Amino acid sequence: MNTTKFEIQKLNLFYGDMHALKDVNMTIKDKSITALIGPSGCGKSTFIRTLNRMNDLIENVKITGSVHLDEQDIYKDYDVIHLRKKVGMVFQKPNPFPMSIYDNVAYGPRAHGIKQRTQLDEIVEHSLKQAAIWDEVKDRLKANAFGLSGGQQQRLCIARALAISPEVVLMDEPTSALDPISTAKIEELAGELKKEYTIVIVTHNMQQAGRISDQTAFFLNGEVVEFDNTVQLFNTPRDSRTENYITGRFG
Amino acid sequence: MKVKQQQKTKRDKQLEVSEKVVKGILLLFSTVTILTTVGIVTLLLLESYNFFKHVSIIEFLTGKTWAPVLKPEHFGVLPLVNGTLLIAFFACLIAIPIGLGAAIYMSEYAHKKVRAVLKPILEILAGVPSIVYGYFALTAISPILRVLLPDLEVFNVLSASIALGIMIIPMVASLSEDAMNAVPDAMRKGALALGSTTFEVSTKVVVPGALSGIIASFVLAISRAIGETMIVAIAAGATPKITLNPLTSVQTMTGYMVSISMGDIPHGSTAYYTVFAVGLLLFLMTFALNIFARFIVKRFRREY
Repeated sequence: MNTTKFEIQKLNLFYGDMHALKDVNMTIKDKSITALIGPSGCGKSTFIRTLNRMNDLIENVKITGSVHLDEQDIYKDYDVIHLRKKVGMVFQKPNPFPMSIYDNVAYGPRAHGIKQRTQLDEIVEHSLKQAAIWDEVKDRLKANAFGLSGGQQQRLCIARALAISPEVVLMDEPTSALDPISTAKIEELAGELKKEYTIVIVTHNMQQAGRISDQTAFFLNGEVVEFDNTVQLFNTPRDSRTENYITGRFG
Repeated sequence: MKVKQQQKTKRDKQLEVSEKVVKGILLLFSTVTILTTVGIVTLLLLESYNFFKHVSIIEFLTGKTWAPVLKPEHFGVLPLVNGTLLIAFFACLIAIPIGLGAAIYMSEYAHKKVRAVLKPILEILAGVPSIVYGYFALTAISPILRVLLPDLEVFNVLSASIALGIMIIPMVASLSEDAMNAVPDAMRKGALALGSTTFEVSTKVVVPGALSGIIASFVLAISRAIGETMIVAIAAGATPKITLNPLTSVQTMTGYMVSISMGDIPHGSTAYYTVFAVGLLLFLMTFALNIFARFIVKRFRREY
């Protein structure tokens, strides 16, 4: 049995007057993939952004309840820079920086004080290999990252996130802007990565959640309707709303 | 199958005619701007030709003394170029760091409400007539500086540079800020998610991402500084000389042209034609800079 990575208790989040997350409780296990599913606007992306405090950037956000990472409250015991070093994130649309492939991956380690060339070379190679893109880019590390295809850019962004050796990788609909082949690559990659990292993934695609995740949480109107073992949730959902959603009756 | 040709009504014909007339008028308007430019360049070339009949281009471009109305006459333009570039250099030394800093603050740090106040104020600064800056330099900056630097001459490079620098800050700030605004938010978020501070996001992601626009704003600022007239005519003096000392008075190309056009130089004399030769050189310098700015923008442009 895996140990607990994130412990979320009674999490409520308000955007001004809008109650976006309602009493969310969840336990995310170490070295596993947790999928968050639900229709648009259900709060799944909002929820994933609380895990690395990206919601701090939005104005008028109020958060109550607690999120513990390795038994420490991320809103009290962590400073946000340290937290984000531990909890990396991959976004919906690939967002490489306007610089070379190498510099994209080296950005994080450099920002956290690694300057030695040989050490950076090692990190860049290792991260690109982990993100399964090394073979495609090893001969053009100095080329601009914008020259890559969308799927390659997204894997580059994964490599960039891995380069600061996080413990958790958050993925906010990482394949929604990609073609099926790139999507398959990233799904396969996620399966590899969970050996070393804890992965939380938001997805619109229920088949994707079914294929790759260990646990799944179904969000609806800001509430977690059901959170369970993925096989359990898809085969024998306990809540009728979950059943309606996964069988495609709405959403 | 036979398609019946629709009969053109009277109104259709009227519309057709008015459309042609409108098009013609608008074409005329845009031609006016082109013709003006062509006319100016032609005039500059023709009148300069009159000058270069008396003075060789080599002498003009390499001579180190500028004394067109004194005997013996000297037509070396370098002292004027020196004055222009010296003032432009110090002005940019002031305007580029402050302008870029202001742009970073407005684009990356400032709260929306602060920005909503700051940007219009900056644009007001850009709207102040340059003659106001000129007298500001002469009557406010110089006296204050003379307290701190007793060696400072009344007319000097430093005061003019400071006023000129202040005048072009809004240009650098505003254009750079526009360029930074064009950098997508997704990139900032990506950097923040890697544990960057706002300062790191600004300097390592946003500024490199907006580099073409930022450099273009610098080049345009330099070009503006070189072409600016009133401030330097009022505050920089009228002593053409080759120097790097900002505490003394110099004369710039534009400053010289103002003094000649307001003096009583006889029409048709060599001294009279100097204005056009200097003007042509000035035009070529700013023209080259503007071309360079366009090249930079093209070369380093990033589509997001």
